[in-house]
Amino acid sequence: MAGPEVTPSFSTDSRNRNEPFVAWREFPWWLVAIFIFLGVMTYLILTDEEINQAFVFIFPGITTTLYLTLGGFGLALVFGLLAGLGRISQNRLIRNIAITYVEFIRGVPTLVLILTLAFVIVPAVSASFGIDNRDVSIELRAILALAIIYGAFLAEIFRAGIESISKGQMEAARSLGMTTRQAMQYIILPQAIRNISPALGNDFIAMLKDSSLASVLAVRELTQRSRLHAGSTFRFPEAYLVIVFLYLAMTITLSLLLRWYERRLRVGER
Amino acid sequence: MNDMIVIKDLHKYFGHIEAVKGVDLTIRQGEVVIVIGPSGSGKSTVLRCINHLETPTSGGIYIEGVHLEDKKTDINAVRAEVGMVFQQFNLFPHLTALENVTIAQRLVRKRDKAEAERIGMAQLERVGIPEKANAYPRQLSGGQQQRVAIARSLAMNPKIMLFDEPTSALDPEMIKEVLDVMLDLAKEGMTMVVVTHEMGFARAAADRMVFMDGGQVVEIASPEELYNNPQHQRTKLFLSKILTH
Ligand SMILES: Nc1ncnc2c1ncn2[C@@H]1O[C@H](COP(=O)(O)OP(=O)(O)OP(=O)(O)O)[C@@H](O)[C@H]1O
Ligand SMILES: [Mg+2]
Repeated sequence: MAGPEVTPSFSTDSRNRNEPFVAWREFPWWLVAIFIFLGVMTYLILTDEEINQAFVFIFPGITTTLYLTLGGFGLALVFGLLAGLGRISQNRLIRNIAITYVEFIRGVPTLVLILTLAFVIVPAVSASFGIDNRDVSIELRAILALAIIYGAFLAEIFRAGIESISKGQMEAARSLGMTTRQAMQYIILPQAIRNISPALGNDFIAMLKDSSLASVLAVRELTQRSRLHAGSTFRFPEAYLVIVFLYLAMTITLSLLLRWYERRLRVGER
Repeated sequence: MNDMIVIKDLHKYFGHIEAVKGVDLTIRQGEVVIVIGPSGSGKSTVLRCINHLETPTSGGIYIEGVHLEDKKTDINAVRAEVGMVFQQFNLFPHLTALENVTIAQRLVRKRDKAEAERIGMAQLERVGIPEKANAYPRQLSGGQQQRVAIARSLAMNPKIMLFDEPTSALDPEMIKEVLDVMLDLAKEGMTMVVVTHEMGFARAAADRMVFMDGGQVVEIASPEELYNNPQHQRTKLFLSKILTH
């Protein structure tokens, strides 16, 4: 039996009536809390001598952190796209190579991978190309390691993005005489990348945080600099609170930008 | 007249299902052939074999004498000559109407931007929506989308147009605007193979009608003969079902 119909006017009314209440409940208190923390830290950095010293020593590491993240992510996009395309290739050899790469990386802890890639794989590969091990800077090794690790995660994002595009798109492109490659480049990928851009943004933020692992390679990025500062001054709270502040300020900014972009994307689809 | 499409003893399996069981059909230049038949009878599969979206299990397709299954055949060159219009339109949603009708011209026909746009606009005018050139597919009605899809194929200057139930996904009030475009095309002498159950259109446009059932061609006749005097029991049964609708 059909239930009584809910008239549109009723549902609109009830929503209007509840709106202030909903807005109150949905108010981003978490964001307020985070901004209070960031505000207090800013105040302390400006006023507290010890914290200010820590900040002045650590802050220049931000250049290296950003360099690692941007370089690593740029390369990871290339690795991820290639591996993602490999995963769905008709060629069984290519497909299996891509799957091996993805599963291998996913099965080993990130920290272990960074150490192994930087101290074992990169030297071995550079030696086989006749390049002196010492010519490959530790920053470059960190970038390569981050790129190889994140490439495996991005590969799955790319694969899912490509597979989410309806088969009819490829068929329409092929029926117009485009090659598979042209169809992929001009029809499938632009749509897939748009769909997965929020996921890519999330992984960019994740990589910004994981760039701190490069400190185990003694790369002087933010984390390594605060370890050095803590080690030499024994001011542990100051040293570590400053990088918590710096990482959080960067990631919260990025994730707010991402939310805004996502919302715009959804509006654009309507 | 020249033979445009020759289908020789076409068989197509999907796993264990034999979707097409030995179809022979020759379509001459300028001919409009309409294919009808119950769901699952293999109509789409035959159409999709003609531009090699499906690979025949055995048998051969020849377009202007070019054997598609021959390894030396450049299938993309053949497809550029064979337009295809789908039930679900399959416009490229990230491109405007004009970009939809120019992209393949540029990539496949290697036309420069200005020329591709000139031809693209001419085709959008022909299908009656030049004012929508800068609209995205999601901003267009179903009928408008399907007309852009037709323009997209025509902009390649194809010798053959294939239509797979082009009006089945449309609201009734939009069917006519699409059929009118197709009728004009038929009158201009385009070689067309159309899967449709629009009987009025079939009467007005078809040179021959093909009735398929169970993966085989059961009967080929002119629209008048087929509607008024079907020769096979299966044809009669099918027509009685769709004509009462
Ligand atoms: N990609 C596929 N994989 C497996 N089976 C398929 C595939 N495409 C078609 N078939 C099967 O082949 C048979 C013929 O399908 P086809 O789509 O050619 O029929 P049709 O006459 O176009 O039907 P409709 O009127 O429903 O579109 C059906 O049994 C169908 O299930
Ligand atoms: Mg069909």
